[in-house]
Amino acid sequence: MKDVEQLLEGKSICICAGSGGVGKTTTSAAIAAGMAARGKRVAVLTIDPAKRLADSLGLQELGNTERQVDPALFTEAGVEAGSGELWAMMLDAKATFDEVVGKHSPDEESRDRILENRIYRQISNALAGSQEYMAMEKLFEIHQEERYDLLVLDTPPSRNALDFLDAPRRLTQFIEGRSLQLFIRPSGFGMRVLGRGTSVIFSVLKRVTGMDLIEDLSEFFTAMSGMVAGFRERAQRVNELLADPQTSFLVVCGPAGEPINEAVYFHRKLVEAKLPFGGVIVNKVHVEGRGSEIDEGLTASLEALIGDADLAGRVRSNFDDYRSLADRDARNIARLTRELRSSTVIEVPYLTDDVHDLAGLFEIDSYLFADREPA
Amino acid sequence: MEPLEKRILFVTGKGGVGKTTVAFALGLAAAAGGKRTIVCEVASQENASRVFGRAEIGFHEVELRDDLYAISIDPDNATREYLEQQLPVKAMSDLLYRSKIFSYLAAATPGLREMVTIGKIWELALPERRTKKASPYDLVIVDAPATGHGVGLMQTPKNFAEIAKVGPMAHQASLINSTITDHDQAGVVIVALPEEMPVNETATLEGELIDTIGVTIDRIYMNGMYPKRFDTSERALLTEALARADGDTAAAITAAINESRRCESQGKQLERLRQLTRTEVETLPFLFAPELGIEHLHELAELLR
Repeated sequence: MKDVEQLLEGKSICICAGSGGVGKTTTSAAIAAGMAARGKRVAVLTIDPAKRLADSLGLQELGNTERQVDPALFTEAGVEAGSGELWAMMLDAKATFDEVVGKHSPDEESRDRILENRIYRQISNALAGSQEYMAMEKLFEIHQEERYDLLVLDTPPSRNALDFLDAPRRLTQFIEGRSLQLFIRPSGFGMRVLGRGTSVIFSVLKRVTGMDLIEDLSEFFTAMSGMVAGFRERAQRVNELLADPQTSFLVVCGPAGEPINEAVYFHRKLVEAKLPFGGVIVNKVHVEGRGSEIDEGLTASLEALIGDADLAGRVRSNFDDYRSLADRDARNIARLTRELRSSTVIEVPYLTDDVHDLAGLFEIDSYLFADREPA
Repeated sequence: MEPLEKRILFVTGKGGVGKTTVAFALGLAAAAGGKRTIVCEVASQENASRVFGRAEIGFHEVELRDDLYAISIDPDNATREYLEQQLPVKAMSDLLYRSKIFSYLAAATPGLREMVTIGKIWELALPERRTKKASPYDLVIVDAPATGHGVGLMQTPKNFAEIAKVGPMAHQASLINSTITDHDQAGVVIVALPEEMPVNETATLEGELIDTIGVTIDRIYMNGMYPKRFDTSERALLTEALARADGDTAAAITAAINESRRCESQGKQLERLRQLTRTEVETLPFLFAPELGIEHLHELAELLR
């Protein structure tokens, strides 16, 4: 079984995927810190609106550009990073979208027209997948700059952990608006609706919502029409990068039944999509008492050792509680390992203390990296 | 006024903190108190249906237990229902709903998907329902989407009313906004976990909800609290005994020490949460169960009554 360093050998992109609440952000940061401690120049990108990553890296705040984690913090945590560097950024999807529009716009005036358009503001903020798409966009952009040995992407938490795979395609489709353009045509005074059915739809929508979108749509498509090709080409290249052997997908999950099912599902989808799957990291695994048999004499030997019957009884019943969780986790992980065949499954035990600084990340690294001590 | 005395109760919080569990436990508690209650899952994975032995809930009001109902609200079905209510002829709303252009426009209309979702929640809570032959509920519990979206959902009516100004939906948006900001009718609870980052996020969320949307938070539930099984002197005794232990005895003592350390670290987080927030904090226990079952929901419901 490989460790994270071996899994990422020769890789320049690591994408951490998984559903919410499984410790994905912390794991991404731990991987990035661990690789930096092994001499790599690493940047970690997160999209989480909360300040988790900033907190755990001792940064006051993270903006839409990378910031370097103070090397002194590595020394404080007892790790010599050598030539390694750790950078972090928090992705602002809206700002990234605006940047992309700016890049593809022929001039400032048309850029501003789009940025102020209601339809644009809606899709850049809320259209399903636009956050995911912008995460990919930023990843692509930073990767092209070739400033880092490794980029670690903490994917946005979403209902379906796979949403981001489909995001570029959906977004370009939307912007192209092909189905809509069949029915409406820009005319001298904005947009002209073709066909009675279509005008009914517009008038009903206007009646129901109180918003007249014809003008906004007309403006949106006129302004975007020059950019569609750029967007489509970009989406294509992002997809190529995701499928490239230099990329590795790591699935992060928890040890309970449902998160394990999701990890199995996710692995299958990645394989189907021919994307480079690296392995699974299972967080918060209960390990105390794993594999131990129920022993009738245990309470007695505890009592003999501690010299307090009441305390020994409580230690015993607490142990039974922990054993049931450890057994569940072991069963679930065995099932996961079977489903994944020969793939790597790395377990991180449920730690007793909270991880909120670099030292905590290095504690996690002692489970993610086989050598335990960075070079 | 207690959370269960409202007409609408939003259960908010970050993903993975146990929102759905708390929402259904609150539902069981209200139903046990004789209230006809419905739990709305919004954009969720339908976690509850399995616990209650149901295949799938979907966009229907499904009875789970006496006085306890559930519905899964998705924007597509909510849009369709809204159109049916707005348009006199069913064939017309069908035509519209199936039209590609319409779905395209619906996705592009600012706030429309959130509006129809919260509109459905509001409809469920009406003393006189708009849905044909539907009976009213005493309490509607909303298992809100994870933090960011939960705030967005509650903010939608206000934003929508401001953008649209005219039309039936704008009118409804103002009505909904006055309902959800009326503290006698609508309540909000936040579910948190006793860990560093979730505590920080809970404090941020509380601030956003109070200052941006203008709601009052009724309660924060600190979920997953380990019981205090060993005191400090016992832990010292166990630490000393561990040096002489081996095999399962050592493992059992380690588990006890870890339990005690987790409990202590959680206690500190509970303290932090109380300092960082303005709302009354109530704790819910960690349940040592391999998989959550209906009996565990009842256990939590007893504590919430």
